[in-house]
Amino acid sequence: MAGAAAEMSAAEERISVASNWTLVWWRFRKHKLALASAAVLAVLYAIVLCPDFFSTQDPERTDARQAFIPIQSIHFLDDGKWAPWVPAAVGKRNPVTLRMEWGTDPARKIRIGFFVDGPEYRFLGLVRAKVRLVGPLDPEQRIFLLGSDRMGRDQWSRIMHGTQTSMTIGLVAVTLSVVLGIVLGGISGYFGGWIDQVIQRLIEILQSVPTIPIWLALSAALPRDWTPTQVFFAITVILSLIGWTTLGREVRGRFLALREEDFVLAAELAGCSRWRIIVRHMVPTFLSHIIATSSLAIPVMIINETSLSFLGLGIRPPAISWGVLLQEAQNIQTLALAPWLLLPGLLVIVAVLAFNLVGDGLRDASDPYSK
Amino acid sequence: MIRFVLQRLLLLPLLLVVFSILVFVIVEAPPGDFLTSYIATLASSGSSIGAEHVEALRRQYGLDQPIWVQYLKWVGNLLQGDLGLSLEYQRPNSELIGEQLFLTVVLALFSFVLTWIIAVPAGIYSAIRQRSVVDYILTVVNYIGVATPNFMLALVLMWVAFAYFGISVTGLFSPEYQGAEWSLAKFLDLLAHAWLPSLVLGIAGTARLTRVMRANLLDELNKPYVVTARAKGLSEWTLVLRYPVRLAFNPLVSTIGWYLPQLFSGSLIVATVMNLPNIGPLLLRALVNQDMYLAGSILLIYCMLTIVGTLLSDILLAWLDPRIRMDG
Repeated sequence: MAGAAAEMSAAEERISVASNWTLVWWRFRKHKLALASAAVLAVLYAIVLCPDFFSTQDPERTDARQAFIPIQSIHFLDDGKWAPWVPAAVGKRNPVTLRMEWGTDPARKIRIGFFVDGPEYRFLGLVRAKVRLVGPLDPEQRIFLLGSDRMGRDQWSRIMHGTQTSMTIGLVAVTLSVVLGIVLGGISGYFGGWIDQVIQRLIEILQSVPTIPIWLALSAALPRDWTPTQVFFAITVILSLIGWTTLGREVRGRFLALREEDFVLAAELAGCSRWRIIVRHMVPTFLSHIIATSSLAIPVMIINETSLSFLGLGIRPPAISWGVLLQEAQNIQTLALAPWLLLPGLLVIVAVLAFNLVGDGLRDASDPYSK
Repeated sequence: MIRFVLQRLLLLPLLLVVFSILVFVIVEAPPGDFLTSYIATLASSGSSIGAEHVEALRRQYGLDQPIWVQYLKWVGNLLQGDLGLSLEYQRPNSELIGEQLFLTVVLALFSFVLTWIIAVPAGIYSAIRQRSVVDYILTVVNYIGVATPNFMLALVLMWVAFAYFGISVTGLFSPEYQGAEWSLAKFLDLLAHAWLPSLVLGIAGTARLTRVMRANLLDELNKPYVVTARAKGLSEWTLVLRYPVRLAFNPLVSTIGWYLPQLFSGSLIVATVMNLPNIGPLLLRALVNQDMYLAGSILLIYCMLTIVGTLLSDILLAWLDPRIRMDG
């Protein structure tokens, strides 16, 4: 009995001395689905860091004779022994339609390996590297793990590079929105008065803007001769221009409530500057909430980027993003011929789903004291 | 109540002025004008056009004047109900937009109705049979529904219909009704075609609405008045439908305000993918070709639809929930 009580108090002790962040983590850990989704996101961001390592070849390498090759699935065993391979694709031209029809030749195996040397790339744009997660043992061969597109480019590698663009855009656009939201919402809530009025009206106007048409018009206004990097940043700014308003409202509400709290008064009396009060005392109290909200905003940004690029007004080739990849799937006839071109869309769904689940988990965990 | 509505209505012209400036600046922003992209198009097809001819056209369209003169002229014409001339089609914009605008609104409303018809019963069922198989299935479907961009869904549906059933599900009319006068038969034909795009358009909204309805109802179901009603011997379904459902409904209505406008702008992408006669594809083309007056008019129409949608829901909400009027 005494032992149990001691154990109880030890557990209680652990809880009562745990920091706010530890409590959030304990609570988040209970959501198994959110935890699994967080793992998915970790993999995706690993790809963002170094898409070249994950891709089997140069995403821009074209070969008209290797167009629309179907998915080559990996076989791990050969004669019961570990020797991964993919079946070689054999093309035959249909004499009636003159279309290339691909089949597999199980007798011809392309040996592949993990952590093999492939074409050289630069890790993080700095260090020369050759090792790739998966690739053909014979560097002369090409493998198409997710099929190839109409120009004979390897979709697997293109998806890896598209992941980098799309996931980064989501993150950067939301970060920008968060900064705008906190700064403007904070100013609005902390100072009040006419500044508050102006910012609130601005938010109202921005919120009654029909987002998709205006985004389209803004992206259409980008000069055609901009480099992919410039377009990337412009699209990010366009997306976050409207995205910050929801957060701005929320932050303002919190500030209005917090302004009256005793600890703010105490900090003021202790002679803290306004800036210090905002940054050191007020923002940390609702930071976890902001993180939860913004992790729910990222998927929206990703869907928006994908839609814009799909319509040809977002990221433009030669840059690769999920939306750009899906442009290849625009034509229904092509799609009937090469359904694997829809796969980037599957990745969009997976990423958005993962963000939503993690966001839900974080939102529940962000207030560890609630029941 | 009347004061609240009037206040909102008074804001309307102000918003329109702000939006007209915003829209004009945006369509004016791309470097060059319609003629530069027109010349480029001509050049790519191998023909060309003389310099003085270009100047004459530029003067005729008023493209040589300062921006603010162009803006004032445009707004002046708008106020007289004249949407201007499409530079590309050489036809009045109102004529180009006319029927397509009607179809845009019909599609959005149709999708809206469909969303509610599906989401409300689904939400109620999920809440009452919490943790049942159907509830879990609906939850999974909802998560995926929210996560799927609607153009993706349109693509998949079109692909499946084409590849496995050999039919094409694009457009809003059968060929024989394409240019026909409006009749009951044409309207029925429209309904037969419109349900799929409407479903595609409304899928994310349906998923979200189902989740909200479920959560709201779950909150209500535990309240003492439900227990009382049950203790008095009301049958379960009558009980649920008569009291908690009505209360759970209120927060839903408040979301119409942002949902209806979302449908208007969301239909742009679905319409482009599914080749629907909607103002969306028209806008896209106008933007690419820098047909600025056409693009401007359509953008302003989108703004109008958004504002009216928001206004409607504000009024609806104020009417349903008197507490709202205090802040107005």
